[in-house]
Amino acid sequence: MLLDIRNLKVEARGEDGWTPILHGVDLQLDRGEVVGLIGESGAGKSTLGVASMGYAAPGLRFAGGEVLLDGTDLLKLPPARRRPFRGHRIAYVAQSAAASFNPAWRLLTQFTEGPLIHGTATRAESEAFARDLYARMNLPDPDNFGLRYPHQVSGGQLQRAMVAMAMACRPELIVFDEPTTALDVTTQVSVLAAIRESVRDFNLAAIYITHDLAVVAQMADRIKVMRHGREVEEAPTRQMLEAPEEDYTRSLWAVRSFRRPPRVLPEDEVPALRASGVTAGYDRGGDVLRDVSFEVPHGSTVAVVGESGSGKSTTARVITGLLPPRLGQVALNGQLLPPRLADRTREQLRSVQMIYQMADTALNPRQTIRQILSRPLSFYRRLSGKAREARLRQLMEQIELEPNLFLGRLPGELSGGQKQRIGIARALAAEPDFIICDEVTSALDQLVAEGILRLLSRLQDETGVSYMFITHDLATVRAIADRVVVMQHGRVVDSGTTSEVLDRPRHPYTAELLASVPEADPDWLTRRIAEGAG
Amino acid sequence: MSATARGMSIGRTLRHMPATAIIGFVLIAAYAVVTLFAPVLAPYGQAEIVGAQFEPWGGPFPLGTDALGRDMLSRLIWGARNTVTVALLTTVLAFLLGSVTGLLAAVFGGWVDMVLSRVVDILMAIPALIFTLLLLSALGPGIGNLVMVIAVLDGTRVFRLARAAAMDVMVMDYVEAARLRGEGTWWLIRREVLPNIAAPLIAEFGLRFCFVFLTISALSFLGLGLPPPLADWGGMVRDNAALITFGDITPLLPAAAIAVLTIAVNFVVDWMLHRASGLKD
Amino acid sequence: MSAAQGHPLRRMILRRLLIGLFTLFVISVLVFLAVSLLPGDIAQQVLGQAATPETVAAFRRELGLDEPLIQRYISWIGGVLTGDFGRSLANGRPVAELLAGRLGNTMFLATYAAVIAVPFAVLIGLLAALWRGGWFDRTANVLTLTAISFPEFFIAYILMYWLSVRLGLFPSIADPGASPSLGDMITRAFLPALTLVLVVTAHMMRMTRAAVVNVLGAPYIAMARLKGASPWRVITWHALPNALAPIINVIALNVAWLIAGVVIVEVVFVYPGLGQLMVDSVTNRDIPVVQACALIFAAVYILLNLLADVLAIATNPRLLHPR
Repeated sequence: MLLDIRNLKVEARGEDGWTPILHGVDLQLDRGEVVGLIGESGAGKSTLGVASMGYAAPGLRFAGGEVLLDGTDLLKLPPARRRPFRGHRIAYVAQSAAASFNPAWRLLTQFTEGPLIHGTATRAESEAFARDLYARMNLPDPDNFGLRYPHQVSGGQLQRAMVAMAMACRPELIVFDEPTTALDVTTQVSVLAAIRESVRDFNLAAIYITHDLAVVAQMADRIKVMRHGREVEEAPTRQMLEAPEEDYTRSLWAVRSFRRPPRVLPEDEVPALRASGVTAGYDRGGDVLRDVSFEVPHGSTVAVVGESGSGKSTTARVITGLLPPRLGQVALNGQLLPPRLADRTREQLRSVQMIYQMADTALNPRQTIRQILSRPLSFYRRLSGKAREARLRQLMEQIELEPNLFLGRLPGELSGGQKQRIGIARALAAEPDFIICDEVTSALDQLVAEGILRLLSRLQDETGVSYMFITHDLATVRAIADRVVVMQHGRVVDSGTTSEVLDRPRHPYTAELLASVPEADPDWLTRRIAEGAG
Repeated sequence: MSATARGMSIGRTLRHMPATAIIGFVLIAAYAVVTLFAPVLAPYGQAEIVGAQFEPWGGPFPLGTDALGRDMLSRLIWGARNTVTVALLTTVLAFLLGSVTGLLAAVFGGWVDMVLSRVVDILMAIPALIFTLLLLSALGPGIGNLVMVIAVLDGTRVFRLARAAAMDVMVMDYVEAARLRGEGTWWLIRREVLPNIAAPLIAEFGLRFCFVFLTISALSFLGLGLPPPLADWGGMVRDNAALITFGDITPLLPAAAIAVLTIAVNFVVDWMLHRASGLKD
Repeated sequence: MSAAQGHPLRRMILRRLLIGLFTLFVISVLVFLAVSLLPGDIAQQVLGQAATPETVAAFRRELGLDEPLIQRYISWIGGVLTGDFGRSLANGRPVAELLAGRLGNTMFLATYAAVIAVPFAVLIGLLAALWRGGWFDRTANVLTLTAISFPEFFIAYILMYWLSVRLGLFPSIADPGASPSLGDMITRAFLPALTLVLVVTAHMMRMTRAAVVNVLGAPYIAMARLKGASPWRVITWHALPNALAPIINVIALNVAWLIAGVVIVEVVFVYPGLGQLMVDSVTNRDIPVVQACALIFAAVYILLNLLADVLAIATNPRLLHPR
């Protein structure tokens, strides 16, 4: 057995001493085997991953257990004797390659650092190996690729360069810590392929950490589900996917199956929102949006889909009036909206509300929930006293939070999902016609995200509000949207009802987007590579 | 519930306070008492000539007398009142000036920010002490000029901090949410920005006080501080410095009085900053 | 490729140089205006209420106060650029003559202190960052916090009391006299220089530590540790290249403390430098001398900060190797 972690306990420094975050976890790994660690945030996946290198991040400490690598307990070694293992026999691939490469050195210099520290190769040998790996990873101009600095390379290429760097000392084990989470879906495929190929070619053992079931299904031989610093269950991949034993695992798997029942929307003469020919850009820069037109019918949800930089968020800024367009206009219920925020009436402001991606930064940390929700009530509706209090309670019940428990709290005392619900209630308090939901579920764990999606669709049924749903996640689109607008490079490339666009994609970009979304089928990546992507 | 929770958190804060911070708080309290009750505590008046020149320690004059035969202890106590009050007043002025302009620059942005920032850049391009000397030589000495010049120059540092802190808050989604709601500038400043930059601003106030206090003491020492016969610590060092070459440490006492108060404030500020940065992650 | 590489870098440095020159110009205007635009008649104030109108008028003519402002600035700055700072009001001697020896003395003292303080402060700052939270860091924190809390003259007098009065190791009066040897100058200026070192080291060390700690939080530092790099290598090879620009800026910023310290220390130790001259002239309201001193101090400070900015730009890999 290569790696044997027994009853590992890790503690974190808190305000009142040390609190446990791993409560005695086991992990076994043979040579050439890949284990997937899956779980929500706070499950302790990453902590367990780097613990296999005998490493605890600043603020954490080992409180018990063993980490045996080939029979040597790393935790019993002093720091100086743990170092020869790191990067040499066990290597690490971080989530954000852009932040994890040192900006001051060339990629090749950083590649050869490990071999030179550990004395596994000469500089010349190591550089030759780097060029070989760069070629295997399909990096452009592999002979000269390493001469670039990290900021000169794109995100997907950088992530592959980091995989190459991890292999520099020909390790026996690599820890992959959410290596594709920060990437766009179409980029993700090539990185997944590079990782899987190199793991196989070099007969590496690997720990693959992710929160995405579909991704781990492609990579792992075995899957371990974790929650709150404990193991939930562990089984071979196919068995785990088809017949999980624990309720928690089943609930994780079930998330992806949420579908809103299809609805027949009334024919609409005048849509809730109509953007026509919007062209916009920042300051003196070029156009970020070019001739963007779409409609959001009353009571419907329109998803705006695209990868980073496609112009989704800029579209939202134009609608809210933060960024007056250079050309084109936006109409609400058939009435033109003044392009500038300052020129809009209070009634127009009330009609368009926004829910943000990061609930953390969307709520003022110094205001209680009561203050946050009261303001729109008194500002738009001039409510005060008993009437306002009654409406506050009604809002809290709508978002399924107990008023007596939560109204007096500060946002810092709420969980991520609860904060997002408060963000929804704040938008709802204005009784708007139209709400922009900007990636509202992408910062949340899947179970929590599903709850938010269910809440949003129920609220739509109750109030008849229209949503513009900005997202990069096609599963979310299928779950909630009536219509879809696909954006690329600031243009609308495709639009129609959800089934028109997603089931029979007409535009090649939509097709590529769809094909790039991993499925919870272990053979998906193999098929995808065979189809010639990446 | 929240009252007891708050009470508990204050108790916990006190328990976790490092020794340096506790010492700092105690010392600041002691200085405050001396400053407030100087007339009661001082045996003699600050300008009163009560004995011969440079009398030794002991007898009616526990710390001896100065070059004019005034009681050192009394002048030390009066010096607390004069020096600390002037420094506090200057700090408050610098702070008001700097934080108001800094907030305006951050909230309005655009040309308001441009103009204010350029002016501050220029004022900060000269070492503060040199600028102060230049302005004082042009304006002439006097408490009013002293307070004004130092308040403006130190206000630039407060401006930088307040502007940067407010800028960080201005990009938060909750500020955008308030703007989209249609809130006015005054609301943004008062409800969204100020509560969120209060902690760094309070720490900055302590830090600023230290710098202002040291600057005023330095100027007094150079003979450009409070006019005689007002007792102020920097000036007392200068007036009695000659004693040091004779091995008498009396002139070091007012200097030590300055140092101890500054250390106390710095210890408290250091703890506050450390706590604020610790809470972030 | 290399032509394309140098381009943005050169443009940024050029831009920074132009801003620096402009700042110098604005400062010279400020220094000039400080005495010309402020309330009251400077001639009347300097001469006192007892002066007859004739003397005041004559004095105004001597100062050139009856000419238009712009013309006065041009002739003043023209003189400054050719080394003519006008004449002292106190003794009628050319200001340049007064400055000549003293400028050298001050430069010697400041350089003396900087040569010791800069490497010392950077090293301590690095070590404190490396062992942050440990006893070395905590001790350094308390000591430097104490040092920056002491008025400069307090440190100076403590050193004088112990090292000069009690132990008799160094002279308490730092005047090197006429044409001293280098050894003489070093011994004579030791106490003032040591005072400056203590003041500047404290500030510089704290800022260096903060700059390095800031870099140490970056993910690439965790990555370096996970590659098996030793703590020393993490600091010197991974953190330092990225902390270089902030450290350079810290050093330049601390020139301000050096200048303020020089003024005080020269007074304490009766060291014949620019700072002492400036303080005396402020007391005597000898405006041309004050202007000259202020301009020199400001110019040195601005030029050093300019140099630091250029160096910081030149060590930034993003600018050195654009996309």
